[in-house]
Amino acid sequence: MEQEVQVKENFDYKKIDEIIKKYKKDDGMLIRILQRTQEAVGYLPLEIQSYISEKLGIPISTINGVVTFYSLFTQEQQGQYTIGVCMGTACYVKGAQEVVDAIRDELQIDVGETTMDKLFTLKTSRCIGACGLAPVITINENVHGRLSPADVPSILYKYIKTHKKTRVEESLSKVGDKNGA
Amino acid sequence: MELKNINSVEELSKIKDDTYNKIKIRFSEDNEDKILEKELKKYHILVCSGTGCVSSRGNMVRERLEKEIRKRKLEERVKVFKTGCFGFCKLGPIIMIHPDETFYIKVEPQDVDNILTNHIVKGERVEKLLYKSPTLNQFVENMNEIDFFNNQMRIALRNCGVINPEDITEYIAMDGYKALGDILTNKTPPKDIIDNVKKSGLRGRGGGGFSTGRKWEYALSYDGERKFVLCNADEGDPGAFMDRSILEGDPHSVIEAMIIAGYTINSNQGYVYVRAEYPIAVERLEIAIEQARKTGLLGNNILGSDFSFDLDLKLGAGAFVCGEETALIQSAMGLRGEPRPRPPFPAEVGLWEMPTLNNNVETFANIPIILRKGGDWYASIGTEKSKGTKVFALAGQINNTGLIEVPMGTSLRTIIYEIGGGIHDNKRFKAAQTGGPSGGCIPEELLDTKIDFESLSDIGSMMGSGGLIIMDETDCMLDISRFYLEFAQDESCGKCVPCSIGTKRILEILERISKGEGQMEDLEILEDLCYDVKDSSLCGLGQTAPNPILSTLKFFKDEYIAHIKEKTCPAGVCNNLLKVVISDEKCVSCGICARVCPVNAITGEQKKSPFHIHQDVCIKCCACIPKCPVDAIYKA
Repeated sequence: MEQEVQVKENFDYKKIDEIIKKYKKDDGMLIRILQRTQEAVGYLPLEIQSYISEKLGIPISTINGVVTFYSLFTQEQQGQYTIGVCMGTACYVKGAQEVVDAIRDELQIDVGETTMDKLFTLKTSRCIGACGLAPVITINENVHGRLSPADVPSILYKYIKTHKKTRVEESLSKVGDKNGA
Repeated sequence: MELKNINSVEELSKIKDDTYNKIKIRFSEDNEDKILEKELKKYHILVCSGTGCVSSRGNMVRERLEKEIRKRKLEERVKVFKTGCFGFCKLGPIIMIHPDETFYIKVEPQDVDNILTNHIVKGERVEKLLYKSPTLNQFVENMNEIDFFNNQMRIALRNCGVINPEDITEYIAMDGYKALGDILTNKTPPKDIIDNVKKSGLRGRGGGGFSTGRKWEYALSYDGERKFVLCNADEGDPGAFMDRSILEGDPHSVIEAMIIAGYTINSNQGYVYVRAEYPIAVERLEIAIEQARKTGLLGNNILGSDFSFDLDLKLGAGAFVCGEETALIQSAMGLRGEPRPRPPFPAEVGLWEMPTLNNNVETFANIPIILRKGGDWYASIGTEKSKGTKVFALAGQINNTGLIEVPMGTSLRTIIYEIGGGIHDNKRFKAAQTGGPSGGCIPEELLDTKIDFESLSDIGSMMGSGGLIIMDETDCMLDISRFYLEFAQDESCGKCVPCSIGTKRILEILERISKGEGQMEDLEILEDLCYDVKDSSLCGLGQTAPNPILSTLKFFKDEYIAHIKEKTCPAGVCNNLLKVVISDEKCVSCGICARVCPVNAITGEQKKSPFHIHQDVCIKCCACIPKCPVDAIYKA
């Protein structure tokens, strides 16, 4: 008997179905499916885990076990920009901890938390292999290297500015649409 | 780029010749050709496209170059290529101009105009972008005249910084896939290949140092319905990035080696397990696999033979323990990456319970050239028991951070002072850390140690994957041990008790000592506990996690004692043992510090007398230090 999955939020289930269909036929693709799903949805809440569990016929305990085992998976919604401060040894001896402190101070959030406006999430990450540029942080895909705590505000400000700009543009285009109509 | 199926060794060697002619201006051996090319004023500009240089805007330099060249209609004679890591990451973005072999460093997008106008059109060097040798105090144009490259021998990194990793024909031009071609045409018996690998003395570059030839022999000896070749590219060791650089700069060398391994052990399917933290490496691998499939070097009937082999990627999801081979196998099957006891080794029971050959990226990268030049050639390099070269990632408090490859047996002193250019800011060397969280710290008196597998484990460290982190007098060895234990504790998978709970208890003792609450007995307990965890843990993670502590206890015990007895941190790192004070002379009485202090520990009268920190209230958060406009606040 098929149990109905309760749908609380409007996730893009069609996209998840596509992902599952693409990888289902190969062996051992659970991690890949979860990665792609997280890319599409942004995070892996329990609803999605149970949806995938049903579709693949894998117990949700197994899926939750995998999600909680690996540090790249998250069960909570993330900010628009995820800041990862590299905590590899090279970055650590070059002062990564001070960089973390500076970001914490600037955004008033702790490691693992997201700002109120859902703009930034602060994380510490494992060595990303850019040790020649230590200390480094990643903001989404971008890498910022050779940092000092003093560089933090200006870097963050760039992202805040881009965000504001896109929002202003969005609202302007909405106004434009209205006017046009 | 149009790629056609390569059906035979003859077709392969035709592509080799054609492509070699196109890129030969990059090689100084062909001097006559070079002069001719120079007359024609043809140039190849190679832009480093490794993670390091891309992070420092190397991509923008390349795009700008391409755009400007089109604009100036120079496309016919100036070509721009991506290339792999040159290793000198500190000075990135790096570009190399052939045939002049000019090595430009720290190139910014706005320098493009200057390079094209002066170097390409006028034929004059752009001096401000050249490397300035600190020893000779003059500009150096040629890469080989730079100290950093002088003492190196590049075998595993042979194609990094030479070819475009996104073009399979350039790899073929460098004799790529020739070893595979010869094996398939001559139908070389697997035993001969294994003998050759054994003769080379190549040992696993992932850290264990097990003989690669013997591993291949075991994998061949077990039969299975299916067999697999696995490449461990889960380079989790903080501070090591050679596998990433090889995958980014020369992915085909790994692919070729895996196909040969497949032929040797009778397997038709390979997987590369690569960290998701390495997006550029993943992208290059995907491109390389795609091109190898298009040319028929992966797939059915490779080079017209009856051997078939295919390759897929498995992406990690962020777990250090997955570098351990049994955990990696679990993770590659999409499960939690938890290790299991060995034996049985993966060569017998691996992926889906089938025989699986698992080697590290750097190990594989050495295979094609060993088979081409012969095991004896490789065995002639290195020390008695450790043959060949090793790639090290130099990082930390050293002038020339980056990636280097040296023959086994090179001394630490040569690496640090000749290649590495000495300690940053002329500070005093304290320790070299090798082997990441599994290794140890090597003190100054052992700097002349000739590095190989044996010598490093003799002094309580290990080769590991080759991270080499240099520490100076401002690094606290207790803090470094605590850092590694925190890492091991965080990454412990939780399956076995000695590792998951033992590392936690070790960490607690270290934290106690760093807060100044330690007792002398703690040192004994610490040492006993370290040996217990080492002896009883299930996998390599737990078995080696105590190494950083044991080695610092051995060589830097005085620092531990200072934390316990004198309650001071000699290096000035452990916050809890420091006092934050304001210098009376420097203080300008602005009062900014008092406003940022979260516990109101700072008092004083604005614009009148210097401010003071009340030590009994201060929580040592150090929030005041960066805020002081005159740098009057310091840790003592």
